[in-house]
Amino acid sequence: MSVRVSIKKRVSSNFRLEAEFQSSGECLGILGASGCGKSMTLKCIAGIETPDEGHISLNGRVVFDSAKKINLRPQARRVGYLFQSYALFPRMTVGENITAGLPFSRRERCRVAGEWTRRFGLGGLEGRYPDQLSGGQQQRTALARMLCREPEVILLDEPFSALDTFLREQMQVRLLELLESRRDVIMVTHNRDEAYKLCPQMLVMDEGRVLKKGRTREMFLSPGSVQAARLTGCKNISPITRTGEREVFARDWGLTLRTAEPPGEDITHAGIRAHDLVPLWEDGPEAARLSYNVLDVAPVQRAEDPFEHIVLFTNAAARGPEEKGLIWWKCSKYMFQDIPKRLFIPPELILLLRDDNIAGSLRTLTEERP
Amino acid sequence: MDFSPVLISLRTAAAAIVFTFFLGVFAAKAVAGIRSKECKMILDGILTLPLVLPPTVAGFFLLYIFGVRGPVGRFFLDYFSVKIAFSWSATVLAAVAISFPLMYRSARGALEQVDPNLVYAARTLGMSEWAIFRKVSLPTAMPGVASGGVLAFARGLGEFGATAMIAGNIAGKTRTLPLAIYSAAAAGDMDTAYNYVLIIVIVSFVVVALMNYFTAKETRSFGRRGR
Repeated sequence: MSVRVSIKKRVSSNFRLEAEFQSSGECLGILGASGCGKSMTLKCIAGIETPDEGHISLNGRVVFDSAKKINLRPQARRVGYLFQSYALFPRMTVGENITAGLPFSRRERCRVAGEWTRRFGLGGLEGRYPDQLSGGQQQRTALARMLCREPEVILLDEPFSALDTFLREQMQVRLLELLESRRDVIMVTHNRDEAYKLCPQMLVMDEGRVLKKGRTREMFLSPGSVQAARLTGCKNISPITRTGEREVFARDWGLTLRTAEPPGEDITHAGIRAHDLVPLWEDGPEAARLSYNVLDVAPVQRAEDPFEHIVLFTNAAARGPEEKGLIWWKCSKYMFQDIPKRLFIPPELILLLRDDNIAGSLRTLTEERP
Repeated sequence: MDFSPVLISLRTAAAAIVFTFFLGVFAAKAVAGIRSKECKMILDGILTLPLVLPPTVAGFFLLYIFGVRGPVGRFFLDYFSVKIAFSWSATVLAAVAISFPLMYRSARGALEQVDPNLVYAARTLGMSEWAIFRKVSLPTAMPGVASGGVLAFARGLGEFGATAMIAGNIAGKTRTLPLAIYSAAAAGDMDTAYNYVLIIVIVSFVVVALMNYFTAKETRSFGRRGR
């Protein structure tokens, strides 16, 4: 049971999609910024778009192969596609939407519509039109329409982006239940929380290329590249200069950092997640003990979430403006005492990152700095 | 007062709209589906031409093609013994030719407005292309298509120049309302002309009112998209 994709497609004069990956037996999340080619990849799998070259197979069934001149129509691919806006047919009722195109008799359609509306908590709404439904009901209609055809592979394109926070979390839980029995699901999202919650496997895309694939938890622990770190939500990333075997100098923060692992040759940046910074309050016992990876900070800006404090710092002892890069710190309100004057950066939580930017523009930019 | 122009006009417009509607919608579907931009532009230009040409010129072309000596006209005469030019069917032909671009352009605009994701979704759901057009694209585009149809009907009803060229002005046979008004006014019979004018104004107003009524109804029940 697997989806194998290896495709190339020239989308415009300055954007090429080159995706190669395989999913097997688990929900696969594709995380990427908007315009990185993740939706295009899904559309190629569903047959809505045609790649220039490559190969796509679903559970061993070849649906696209440029060398063998195979290109199955979307109708024949047995793929379920949940669109971002759900793409419900506006002139059909919920029941008609669910059974649209099924080669059944009228009675059989009625039975299918009744069964699937009940199963998705839409009982009694068969006769409504999509614009008479709430966002959550629309999404459930689209899911029922997709699943009643028993597709082999399910593709979800930003499935929660059109829902408000409350509905989103509800639908995420429901979808999680739903997907447990399903094997082949590919979900595209730009939301790292969604990817983390729903997908055991993950793939990070940037500028039409797959940067990294692997277990979701590991991807968050060691994203590997600057772009992947950003997409998984790492706020603090600085270019580094190697100063010792396990020691680097973070240029944006003017700080020498001890690392747990020796950084490899290709490592150009270091990152630390906003939650991983340890505050050293004046009277804490650690404050005196620690002699390395401690930064004296000055607060620049402060913001508040319902459950978190967010403070932006700069190095209080910066020797120039180039060392005044912003440092994000996030702290749960239960833990928060005061704005700290010093922060500790645990060596084992430092992300050692290489720069996967294809043009290398980031690297040259940072290297040209005095 | 002679009521034959009223009947001829209504029959002509009614028959014409049937042809115009289907031809227009299918031409719109065909052109909307063309990928090549140049090809689309040229075809679109040709299909819109009757709208921008003076009706007499359009009628001249019709006469050239469907006249007794024209290729199609001769074909019908030889094989079916049917003379098209200067018969009632010529009034229908003229109305179809002149009202077609209105229908085609409205339908194309409406079809191109349909969210492509609806078509993609229908494909992944296994619907055939024909079923997608009939059950998804066309119903979704219906308000635009229908108002195009009403406009085309009104235009067919008022057709003058092309009708005069290919159907002539034969009383009781091809004399439609606009021609009857022209003839009456030319003969100085202003009372008859007033009556005909009044009739055509009323009919046109009813048509437009109906169009507004239907499109408003459409918007109420289906138009609340894009929330």
